[in-house]
This record gives sequence, structure tokens and C-alpha cells, in this order.
Amino acid sequence: MRPSIIIRLKGVEKTLGGQPVLRGVDLDIPKGEITTIIGPSGEGKSVLLKHIIGLMRPDRGQVLVDGVNLAQTHDRALNEIRKKFAMLFQSAALFDSMNVFENVAFPLREKRLVSESDVQRYVPEMLERVGLGKMGHKFPAELSGGMKKRAGLARALVVRPEIILFDEPTTGLDPLMAYAIHELILSMHKTFGFTGIMVSHEIPEIFSLSDWVAMLKNGKILAMERSDEFQRLSDPLVREFISIPNAMAAS
Amino acid sequence: MNVIQAIGARVIAWIEEMGAMLLFLLRSFGWLFRPPLRLFQIIKQLHFVGFKSTFVVMLTALFTGMVLALQGYYSLRKFGSEGLLGSAVALSIIRELGPVLASLMVTARAGSAMTAEIGIMRITEQIDAMETMAINSLQYLITPKIVASLISVPLLVALFDVVGIGGGYVVAVKLLGVSGGSYWSSIESAVEWKDVYGGILKSISFGLIISWVCCYKGYFTKMSAEGLGEATTEAVVLAAVLILVWDYFLTSILL
Repeated sequence: MRPSIIIRLKGVEKTLGGQPVLRGVDLDIPKGEITTIIGPSGEGKSVLLKHIIGLMRPDRGQVLVDGVNLAQTHDRALNEIRKKFAMLFQSAALFDSMNVFENVAFPLREKRLVSESDVQRYVPEMLERVGLGKMGHKFPAELSGGMKKRAGLARALVVRPEIILFDEPTTGLDPLMAYAIHELILSMHKTFGFTGIMVSHEIPEIFSLSDWVAMLKNGKILAMERSDEFQRLSDPLVREFISIPNAMAAS
Repeated sequence: MNVIQAIGARVIAWIEEMGAMLLFLLRSFGWLFRPPLRLFQIIKQLHFVGFKSTFVVMLTALFTGMVLALQGYYSLRKFGSEGLLGSAVALSIIRELGPVLASLMVTARAGSAMTAEIGIMRITEQIDAMETMAINSLQYLITPKIVASLISVPLLVALFDVVGIGGGYVVAVKLLGVSGGSYWSSIESAVEWKDVYGGILKSISFGLIISWVCCYKGYFTKMSAEGLGEATTEAVVLAAVLILVWDYFLTSILL
């Protein structure tokens, strides 16, 4: 049985710098589960994520979040919808003028979601959860890649979002650290039950991490299936993309 | 045909950029009147644009006043009117050199830093991150810088005027032997409120130009280190040129 749909993309088209990137993307994101979008580099996976959170607007088509079309909302309504979201950027995008504690506290303080005494309670708690318990006073420049991702994850989770977007959460990390980040995402998903949308190249790891897998190819969604079924798809383009890393891992 | 097309494309791009710049300014201003008021950010920017520029502005002012006195002395002496040296120094500084030179120094010191800071935040996705948190990046980053520049630049110009006239006094009276009384009294009789007022008006508009141009160039930087370098250069050059051009037109209106 298909779960309820929280985000629906209908015929999304986007041209960047004269190059068509998305050529009619139709995609349904199930609520409360993790959906991973895979596909060759340069296919516009990050562009797709940016459409989902309204950082980019489609040239044509609709992006519906809980039935509201992001393509037609103005700034203030968009900000209302964004309160449901958090995003973990590829580079973690920590504010480099603030230390880790201030970074994680930033969305809470700026949006006045909770009182300052609660900030002092929630932030260390969240840092402890992602394994950065003693790193609150450090600045982003002093952190390793993995620590930055953890801090970014803490900043995303601290507002208890309904939906979290992950833009290549493990790119640039060593395999052990990548595994640790994946485990962290899984355990956080179990705890908080958010809807996760991830862009990743980590085949085969993403199959055990995701509930759903979708493949973006030539600016369209080529296939979207439950994770285990996706691995059995016979489409040659899918097979080509997922079998090489699988074979490499096996050898 | 190709030449005409190329010229047309250039003109359209140019008009588009002007439109984008105007919209950027209007939207940044609009956010000033919507809650929350970013008071802490404004104070931080006042410290950066204003307080931290005081030393370099005073240094520039001191030597400008000194060299004006020196030059003015040798020119005026030919006509035997060294007594007017004070008013020559004060009027040049209050009406022209104070607003223009102080603004150029602020452009070089604070304007370039604005472009670089905002540009790096753009390239490293920090601005996107802020937007995804439902925090308006214009309100958080740009509006405080514009407000701070509008307040700081006139104050820095006032400081420039005082230090510049003081520098002129040191050279004229202490080094060249002009009488102190005539230095000050010529200033008192020549400088009118209109001169001071015009200088302040100029400096407010220069403050707007600096923050507007420098923030815009950083906010819409190309996504590379080279692109950011270009953006910073363009910001400083454009702001400086606009200050000088606008200064001419404003002077012709005010006179």
C-alpha cells in the first residue's frame, strides 16, 4: 500500500543558462519515509531539491507541498511553508562567523521558536545526539568534513521539521564516516519520523537506508520504486547505473 | 546585423541589471519595515562600517587638510591673501573633499568587505541555508548594512571635516605662520549652514550608493572564487565612479 503523499511534483521544467536541466519531472514523495534520488552527476538532482524547498522556481509545472503550489507563492507564504522544512547542504553550509552552538541555535533563536533557556537545553542535547557534545564552542573552520555534516544535521533537526532534504550528505567523507552519517540519519529518522528526501551517489548503501528510490535521467524520473524492488528493475539504464558500484563492492 | 544584435543584447543586459539593482534596493528597504527589527545586526554593522573606519578616515582627513593648507598658502600668498586660508581649506573640505574622500575610503575599506562577505556566503550556500530556515536573507544581511551605511557615512564625513580643518590649522598656523585668529575667523565668516547641510546630504546619498552597489554585487556574485574576485572589483569601481558622478550632479543642484 502506498503511504500518503506529502510532496508532489508535476511536469517540472527548468532551464539554466540555456541548458534544459529538468524536462518534466513527475515525482511523489511519500510522507514519513526516506526517498533517495539517484542519477548521474550533472543530471540536476540538486536543482530538483532546490525546487522542492522553493530556492528555485520551475519554468513550467507545479511543486505541491501539502497541496500548496510553491511555484506561485509569494515570499511570506513561502516562508510559512518552509517552516516545515530543513535542509542539510552538501557543504553543510554552516555560518562561518558563528560557532557550532550558535549555528544550531540560529534557527531557534531567529524564529523565536522557543525561549532562550530552552535553547540552552535543546542545543547541547542535539549536539550530544549527533556526537558533537563537546564541540559547541568550535568554529566551522576548525571542524573536519564529517563533523561539519553532523553539525549541519543537528541544525536541521533542532527545529523538529516535518521534511528534511539531504543534498549528498556523505560526499567527500571517508567510508567509515559516511557509514556513521548514514546510521545517524537512520536513527534520527526512527526517533523523529520526518519525511526524508535525499540526493546521493552511495550505491549500494542507499538501498538499505531508503524506503524509496527514484532515478533521475535526462531530466525526468526514469523510475521510482520501493528500495528492494528498485534493485530488481530490469530497465537497462537503471541496471547500468546501479550494477557497476555493486559489482565493484562485490569484487 | 550581428553588430546591432550585439549592441542590442548589451543594452538589454544593462537595462536588466539596472532594474534588478533597483528591485534589490526596494526589497531590502521594504524589509526594514517588517518585523523583526534586526537591531543587533544593525549595531554590528554600525561598528564595522562606522567605528572601524574612523581611523583611516581621520588619517585621510588629517593629510588632506594639511596638504590643502600647504597648497592654498602658496597660491594665496601670491595675492597677499593668506588670511583667507582657513576658509579655503574649510570650504573645500566641507563641500567636496570630506564627503567624497571619506566615502571613497569607506568604499575601499567596508564596501569591498561587504561584497566579499556576502559573496562568500552565497558561494558556500549559507544564504540558501538561511532562506531554507524561513529567514529572509535580505532582511538579515542586506538591510542592516544599508541602514548602518546611511548612519555611519554622514558621521564619518563630519569627523573628516573636523580633523581636516584641524590638519589645515596645524600646517597653516604652526608651520607656515598664518595667524590663528584669521584662520578661524575666515572660516567663521565664509562657511554657511548651506555648505554643511549640502555636505551631509551628499554623504547620506554616498552611504546609500556604497552599501547598495557593494551588497548587490556580492549577493549576485558568480559561483566561483574568480567570480567573487570580479564582483569585489566591480563593486568598488562602480561605487567609486557612481560617487564621483553623483557628486557632480548633486553639486550642480545644490549650488
